[in-house]
Amino acid sequence: MAEFKELPAGSPVTAQVTNWFENRFPTAFAEYKKHLSEYYAPKNFNFWYFFGSLALLVLVIQIVTGIFLVMHYKPDAALAFASVEYIMRDVPGGWLIRYMHSTGASAFFIVVYLHMFRGLIYGSYRKPRELVWIFGVAIFLCLMAEAFMGYLLPWGQMSYWGAQVIINLFAAIPFVGGDLALLIRGDYVVGDATLNRFFALHVIAVPLVLIGLVVAHLLALHDVGSNNPDGVEIKAKKDASGKPLDGIPFHPYYTVHDILGVSVFLIIFSAIVFFAPEMGGYFLEFNNFIPADPLKTPAHIAPVWYFTPYYSLLRATTSVLMPFLWVGLVLIGLSLVRPSRLPAMVKTTYWGLMALLFFLFGVPAIVLGWMGIDPGMKVLAGFDAKFWGVVMMGAGVLILFFLPWLDHSPVKSIRYRPSWHKYVYGGFVVTFLVLGWLGVESVSPAKTLLAQIGTIYYFGFFLLMPWWSRLGEFKPVPERVVFQPH
Amino acid sequence: MAMHDMIKNFIAGVLLLVAGAVHAAGDGIAWDRFPTQKMSDRAALQDGARTFVNYCLNCHAAAFMRFNRMRDIGLSDEQIKNNLLFTTDKVGETMKISMDPKQAKEWFGGVPPDLSVIARSRAAVGKGSGADYLYTYLRTYYRDDTKPTGWNNLAYPNVGMPHVLWEWQGERRPVFEQRTEHGNPADVYTGRWETVKAGTMDPVAYDDRVANLVAFMQWMGEPVQKSRVQIGVWVLLFLAVFTVVAWFLNAAYWKNIK
Repeated sequence: MAEFKELPAGSPVTAQVTNWFENRFPTAFAEYKKHLSEYYAPKNFNFWYFFGSLALLVLVIQIVTGIFLVMHYKPDAALAFASVEYIMRDVPGGWLIRYMHSTGASAFFIVVYLHMFRGLIYGSYRKPRELVWIFGVAIFLCLMAEAFMGYLLPWGQMSYWGAQVIINLFAAIPFVGGDLALLIRGDYVVGDATLNRFFALHVIAVPLVLIGLVVAHLLALHDVGSNNPDGVEIKAKKDASGKPLDGIPFHPYYTVHDILGVSVFLIIFSAIVFFAPEMGGYFLEFNNFIPADPLKTPAHIAPVWYFTPYYSLLRATTSVLMPFLWVGLVLIGLSLVRPSRLPAMVKTTYWGLMALLFFLFGVPAIVLGWMGIDPGMKVLAGFDAKFWGVVMMGAGVLILFFLPWLDHSPVKSIRYRPSWHKYVYGGFVVTFLVLGWLGVESVSPAKTLLAQIGTIYYFGFFLLMPWWSRLGEFKPVPERVVFQPH
Repeated sequence: MAMHDMIKNFIAGVLLLVAGAVHAAGDGIAWDRFPTQKMSDRAALQDGARTFVNYCLNCHAAAFMRFNRMRDIGLSDEQIKNNLLFTTDKVGETMKISMDPKQAKEWFGGVPPDLSVIARSRAAVGKGSGADYLYTYLRTYYRDDTKPTGWNNLAYPNVGMPHVLWEWQGERRPVFEQRTEHGNPADVYTGRWETVKAGTMDPVAYDDRVANLVAFMQWMGEPVQKSRVQIGVWVLLFLAVFTVVAWFLNAAYWKNIK
């Protein structure tokens, strides 16, 4: 606790006012120093480091515009669609608020995907930043839930049928799936009960969790300090006063830097809001201008673009892909567990489990397949056909949690990895984009095959990382960050 | 998985794809381009409003659209009241209709959709805007005695709505051609029409009248569109200036960092 300070008589008024507050609320001043004016960030941040602060900006945009939307929106199946049009037409400035919110949803994912990519290439998830990354992936999960539930609220055809399809995925979970889907919907079909609970979760529950996680993400980051494009720990080299030699105070240097980033971002954001709010049917889907009709299923139901890479993983999981996945899983297990330093008991248990699974599901599938009997997913999985697709989609997201322990490269940053690693990462980016594109398209055999190749690359990238990330000629990492003065 | 299983799946998939393509072709013709310059022509928008209120707003509602919003296309409350109010006597009302949905279902096989945002909903990636669709749809009706209403449509095959503007357009018949597509004989639309019975308007005048109507529906889908774009220009100008300031502010601070 700071001591009570008395300023000498005749001090400037501003100093006196500041002192008055500092004596009564020292925490605010201490935290300001800790997180802004005396938080030392590496001075070599580049373009990729704009997206963290931009994600925070978009979060604020979504919360503020969301509050104003809730003032006029009616969470009622009979009124919801009309209330959105009421906002668009009769509420002064309502169209702007609504377009900012709808564009903000997509912008959030763009910014977060780029932010995650930054973490990926510079190894920002590596020790000691594992928790920062894990909080981040949890934020991403929350964001998906938030976006999914928010998308139901306009109560258009895509809202309705998109929710119907995704909730039905939960029904594929063995034993509890049916009840779980019922619990989510609150009814046997998507209806008024679903709309009401999604509204409650979208405006209260998930945002609370989201904000809590963002706070945890930032606090954990400020405890361990930011990584940088060189992957060098700036705390390793400090001056006499204990400040990192390559660190600069976040405020003012990165605040003015981020203001520049924000203004460029806002130019792009505003261009969409004012000139192309539908973004060619990708940010606001055309079908969603038709009120929800439980009796008319649209010919083509696709999730909004930001979910489509994961949706592709689901659709790619057909009975053709399953044997490949089984064999792949066994091979990966073999390459990982055998040379690892795990206790013998863990290894034995692992192999027992793998063998059991393989005999239960893999062997019948392969045997029946060769006999020309289509085993279908039921024999293969022992469960409902959709189940493994749902598992793949979920695993696609959850695998991110394990990234800190999958990467065995001796250096953090892509800059000092073997050059061919860049192609592996490049392939991953292309795969992600292609999967995203495939997810908005309707299925065809060629596209399914492409999605299956993409699925194998996506999971191979992560699951084989303990192996490939160690390979190749690594470059020497400098002691200090690389920085050219502007 | 057995190899022949994969091949079987593949062939089945290809067949489905072909069937899908044929089906898609049967889902309506390529759309004509709506003349977008109509959107900045107030007289056209007002003419479209007149057609809309007289011909559409009996079976279709536009329940999110207020009559007095037509001030935005240059009509005074007085003009609206005297010329366009058939379903209410208050200019602040929305464009509702009195048709009972149950009866509508009996008469047309379905409730005619609300038209407030119809232009926004009918756009399709790769095919065109909602206005393109409406412009094509309202000009491609033809006589088809196999349908309950006696009418069919090229852009919306087996449509439930009869040709409401037939007095203007008259009766026409599209010219089909027997062609072999994917090994099957198919009637393919050639893009040409034959006049069966002339209407009160020549084709050019009819197209123009329909374009006006579509312009009105496009405007009605998002009445704020024009001011949205106008405000957007100012916002971007402001942000451009702000970016320059932010650039110099950033540079001023960072010149100390060595």
